[in-house]
Amino acid sequence: MSETTKRPEHWRDDHVTGEGFRELTTLNLGPTHPATHGIFQNVLTMDGEVVLETEQTIGYIHRAFEKICERRPFYQITVLTDRMNYCSAPINNMGWHMAVEKLVGIELPKRVEYMRVIIMELGRIIDHIICNTIICQDAGATTPFLYVYQWRERIYDIFEEICGSRLTTNIGRIGGFERNFNDKVWERVRAIVRDFPAVLKEFDQLIVRNRIFMDRCINCGPISAEKALQYGLTGPNLRAAGVDYDVRVADPYSSYEDFDFQIPVGKSGDVFDRFVVRQEEMRQSLSIIRQALEKLDKIADKSTFRADVPEWVLPPKEEVYNDMEALIYHFKVVMAETNVPVGEIYHCVEGGNGELGFYIVSDGGRTPFRVHFRRPCFIYYQAYPEIIKGGLLSDAILTMSSMNVIAGELDA
Amino acid sequence: MPAFKIKADRDQLTVDKLTGRFGPGSFTHERLYDTLCFTVPKEHIHDVLAFLRDELDFNFLTSLCGMHFPGLELELGAVYFLHSMRNGHRIRVKTHVSLAEAKLPTVTDLWPTANWMERETWDFFGIHFTGHPNLKRILNMEDFPAFPMRKDYPLEDPTRDDKNDTFFGR
Repeated sequence: MSETTKRPEHWRDDHVTGEGFRELTTLNLGPTHPATHGIFQNVLTMDGEVVLETEQTIGYIHRAFEKICERRPFYQITVLTDRMNYCSAPINNMGWHMAVEKLVGIELPKRVEYMRVIIMELGRIIDHIICNTIICQDAGATTPFLYVYQWRERIYDIFEEICGSRLTTNIGRIGGFERNFNDKVWERVRAIVRDFPAVLKEFDQLIVRNRIFMDRCINCGPISAEKALQYGLTGPNLRAAGVDYDVRVADPYSSYEDFDFQIPVGKSGDVFDRFVVRQEEMRQSLSIIRQALEKLDKIADKSTFRADVPEWVLPPKEEVYNDMEALIYHFKVVMAETNVPVGEIYHCVEGGNGELGFYIVSDGGRTPFRVHFRRPCFIYYQAYPEIIKGGLLSDAILTMSSMNVIAGELDA
Repeated sequence: MPAFKIKADRDQLTVDKLTGRFGPGSFTHERLYDTLCFTVPKEHIHDVLAFLRDELDFNFLTSLCGMHFPGLELELGAVYFLHSMRNGHRIRVKTHVSLAEAKLPTVTDLWPTANWMERETWDFFGIHFTGHPNLKRILNMEDFPAFPMRKDYPLEDPTRDDKNDTFFGR
């Protein structure tokens, strides 16, 4: 500032140097701030631009799913799982189906398991598209949010063709799928596998080695592997910190052991690593879908889409009207009169954000006695104050979007 | 019934080591589907969990949830889901407390991730975790008058008479 500039009355030089002037500010980030991408509040104690402490308030969209589950038959709980991580609802649905199948003891044909793998990997791609494009958006790059985001819609078209809805899918049933995939579905899946890699490559070329993006993201919001394990991080956030834990490999479900894929890991657990890990996971997901399509081509039977468990899957309507047995099963399914063994199981799948677990305690009644959802967001979001401590406010916002905190899953 | 992948050798090792350290009568265990579940009295729970973490490499607390079994002497309970990532081994440890003395020692000193899990369990079941750094409600509002996941808390407004649930639900 030159000598000629007229300074205001309250000007003090130590405001500029910072000496003798340490007034802490309380800043309310959220609950409805656009940068939080969801409804949760952070009360930040700031020294200038630096975040010192964070007080988190969550629960704004708590809907008491665990309590509701105690009064719902098993097949009606699927729609509740949609509303947890609504960015990758199909994975939640499949996880719930598999948990109940494990409790009841249903074994699925290979074809159905491969179909499920395709649906789950498409769900993962959607989830990662959302997270990565939002990281770009918060870092100031609007292009991916507009141009890569539309591929999400293409994948939603596939879900719509199978189950009729796009976001909260309720896809599949306990024991398989509600109907066979039609030709349009296969055509669209093949189109994704064919066309999306080029988009992903372009996305990579635009962002990953972009100097501005790298300067913005490298060393922003890092977490060490030890800390990440202590705080219960799972999924891409844990892998970005360098731990190669993936439920698909550690405890394979739905025939994931038949597939050949790699688990990308990062090093420093910062925003950049999380971004790159998610990018690579999308590529691996495409590879898994490609392998699944090949495997399905080798299976001669093209009509099986569920296990032979009539007491769990609704029969076709024309059979219900004309066949007594089908009518009985229809009644049994709708009224939830199917017997469930007494027992308790825990089943986990690799959700978009990490280990998504379902703990069911059954007392043999028509509804579960107790259901507990292990929601990855809820568990790792508590590490957020630790991660952003000592960083800048703008880094805190970027860190939050890179952690992919989904309010529905956080609050259940 | 599909075959489960059971880590029988790790299960046996866990039982043996726990028996060696705490004595044969100090806990019970049963296999529920693919996982070995231990039931430990609440006096030992912190010691057992610390032993499992340090000696048997259960480095990861997957989850923690509360339970309520009305009618039992020890009505409330907590379930700890432990995972040893290096050995690919999962177990569950359960403990039970009575309604009158619903208190458990915190495990936030062993796994910091237990912080919010214990807050959630307090919020919904009213199990007090002694030594917890910040034990207050987490998903419900702070002045919520009940512990809603207990079985005696009604799911719907009990004064309603337009719904008859005799045939549906519990």
